Amino acid sequence: MAESNLVIVGVNHKTTPVELREKLAFTRGSIEETTEKLGSYPEIDENLIISTCNRVEIYARVNDVEKGIDRLKKFICDYHMIPFNLLDKHFYAFREEETVKHLFRVSASLDSMVVGESQILGQVKDAYSLAKSLQTTGLILNQLFEKAFNVAKKIREETGIAESAVSISSAAVELARKIFEDLESHTVMLVGTGEMAELAAKHLISYGVKTVYVASRTYERATALAKTLNGSALDFEHFKSELHRADIVISSTAAPNFIITKEIVEKAIHERNNRPMFLIDIAVPRDIEPEVNDLENVYLYDIDDLQGVVNANLQEREKEAELAMDIIQAEVGKFNNWIEALDAVPTIVELRKRAEAVRMQEIEKTIKKMPHLSEEDKHNLHLMTSSIINKILHKPTINLKKKTQTTEGRTYLKAIRHLFHLDD
Amino acid sequence: MVSRLTGGFAPVFMKIITFNIAMISYLLASLEYFIYLVYRKPGVSKLATGTVLVGLLSHTVIIGLRSQETGHGPYTTSFEVAIFLSWLVVVVYCFTHWRYKVKDLGSFVIPVAFLILLYATFLSKEIVDFPESEFRVLLTLHRTLSVIGFAAFAIAFGLGVMYLIQEKQVKSKKLGIMYFRMPSLESLDNLIYKAVAVGFPLFTLGFLTGAIWNIKMSQTSLFSWELVKLWPLVIGWVLYGLVFFGRYRMGWRGKKVAQGSVIGFVTVIISIILHV
Repeated sequence: MAESNLVIVGVNHKTTPVELREKLAFTRGSIEETTEKLGSYPEIDENLIISTCNRVEIYARVNDVEKGIDRLKKFICDYHMIPFNLLDKHFYAFREEETVKHLFRVSASLDSMVVGESQILGQVKDAYSLAKSLQTTGLILNQLFEKAFNVAKKIREETGIAESAVSISSAAVELARKIFEDLESHTVMLVGTGEMAELAAKHLISYGVKTVYVASRTYERATALAKTLNGSALDFEHFKSELHRADIVISSTAAPNFIITKEIVEKAIHERNNRPMFLIDIAVPRDIEPEVNDLENVYLYDIDDLQGVVNANLQEREKEAELAMDIIQAEVGKFNNWIEALDAVPTIVELRKRAEAVRMQEIEKTIKKMPHLSEEDKHNLHLMTSSIINKILHKPTINLKKKTQTTEGRTYLKAIRHLFHLDD
Repeated sequence: MVSRLTGGFAPVFMKIITFNIAMISYLLASLEYFIYLVYRKPGVSKLATGTVLVGLLSHTVIIGLRSQETGHGPYTTSFEVAIFLSWLVVVVYCFTHWRYKVKDLGSFVIPVAFLILLYATFLSKEIVDFPESEFRVLLTLHRTLSVIGFAAFAIAFGLGVMYLIQEKQVKSKKLGIMYFRMPSLESLDNLIYKAVAVGFPLFTLGFLTGAIWNIKMSQTSLFSWELVKLWPLVIGWVLYGLVFFGRYRMGWRGKKVAQGSVIGFVTVIISIILHV
């Protein structure tokens, strides 16, 4: 690989306990005030700080990889006034290609506590736009981060990494959406006002559910919760006879026995003309008789069933993460190519070699035809032709070197290589 | 010589080529849909749809050539009816795919089209003239209506299979590989109903026109038919009738509807094999 001089130094939830991590966090304000100082170190050409509750990382392009890493570590310690020897064992650092791979993994959420969670990409994007506005990044880091966002998007689209629900309440929503066509036209009934039930109901509402009923033994609590959920309260005595109105029932009472029996649901489903019902029992001990699940068009999930779905989904995500790693490997390779092409020197050397070869060829032909030439004449001929070539190539060489510092650089290099057949 | 060649050798060659292209395309598309079902590669789904379209194009040419050769539509022999059936199944599938965007339906419908076409290769390719009769329009109507009805049933079948797979997964709480690909149970249920609501009236009309044709031609009563050939058709027809009428009156929804559309399709296939 061509040397990109990219490094990353950081700590995350895997290497560092939260007590220490929280001390290392950078706020937006502290990034604004420190990043200039970081950029003023001679070792550091470009830099970018990512600080979330699970990680603090500094990405940088440096002059010298090892010195750069030391500088970044010291910078973090100094800024937060934590002794270096206390923190050193928690740091991880990656160099060159590994830096690229690490960022791709982080932004695609493969390095997250819950693999596939979507927050991290937004956080990386925020960090990038902040760094960009502070002008601490340049050609290489810009390209690296833009690429990382593309890779994350690609992984999201081509693998199932973020597809499945990994919390109890989102698993409930996911199942509801597998059963019902659209949640907007469906009704949720909460029986009992448990915290988890409230969470699940809120989740369902965020997916479009409009009608919510709340029944509780204490009518005041039902009314209060109904108010927050924009629904209506039901008298606990009557919820059983109203059960047929509900497409989704979330039960979370403290009742010691089953309060919703097979008989009750059978009656409700009959009144509903067999339109499907989804019953979620998150009470312990359970509220709904398990045999309810035997009824046709009725689906009953208790807390363990939902946990089972979550576990299966987590396993599925791990599998998808392997697919994602294949994509990352390929994309790291592509980024390397970009870095390589960025380097103008080999192209310039080749271009000069090509010109020199043509010159020599033509000189030899000419000298053969003019045997009368003295050594001095020959020497002058050489001088003149070399000078022509140098003069012609001087400006392109300068411009090429200049252009490779910009994003267009690659295009210029490609054009030169193509025009002069340098790849043949 | 040239005109004789185009009239003789070339069409035969074309027929063989187009038939094989259609068959291979459907087989390939079935495999691609299956790969998509299991491995969820978005590119494969597009590839499969493309393959189906290639097959459909060849298939259309087959029917065109055959009609040119026989001088009438694909209505007389079992071979013609089979290729026509398979063609309409694919046409209706393409429409459903375009209109409702049901992922994975191809995995269950395109194999049906392939199998019918495969079945057609074993049938006699002899040309039979359209029966000379003043009632021939009845026969044309009977076959066209029944075949369109059948194609709608094939879609309902595919949807029904999807419903039953998904229903089983949700009910048993074991969410398998196809879980993330399928539409919701309720949407599948609604689509099955739509397909049956199109298929059932057409099929019934096809059935009636067929019966009238038979009576007119044989000058006998309905009861003289070979009842053995009819019972699967009657079972299928009753099942579809239940799906069609039972939805609001009897609460025929969900699993029953899906089962009805799967079993109904099997009985209709049996009756067609016995009948045509």
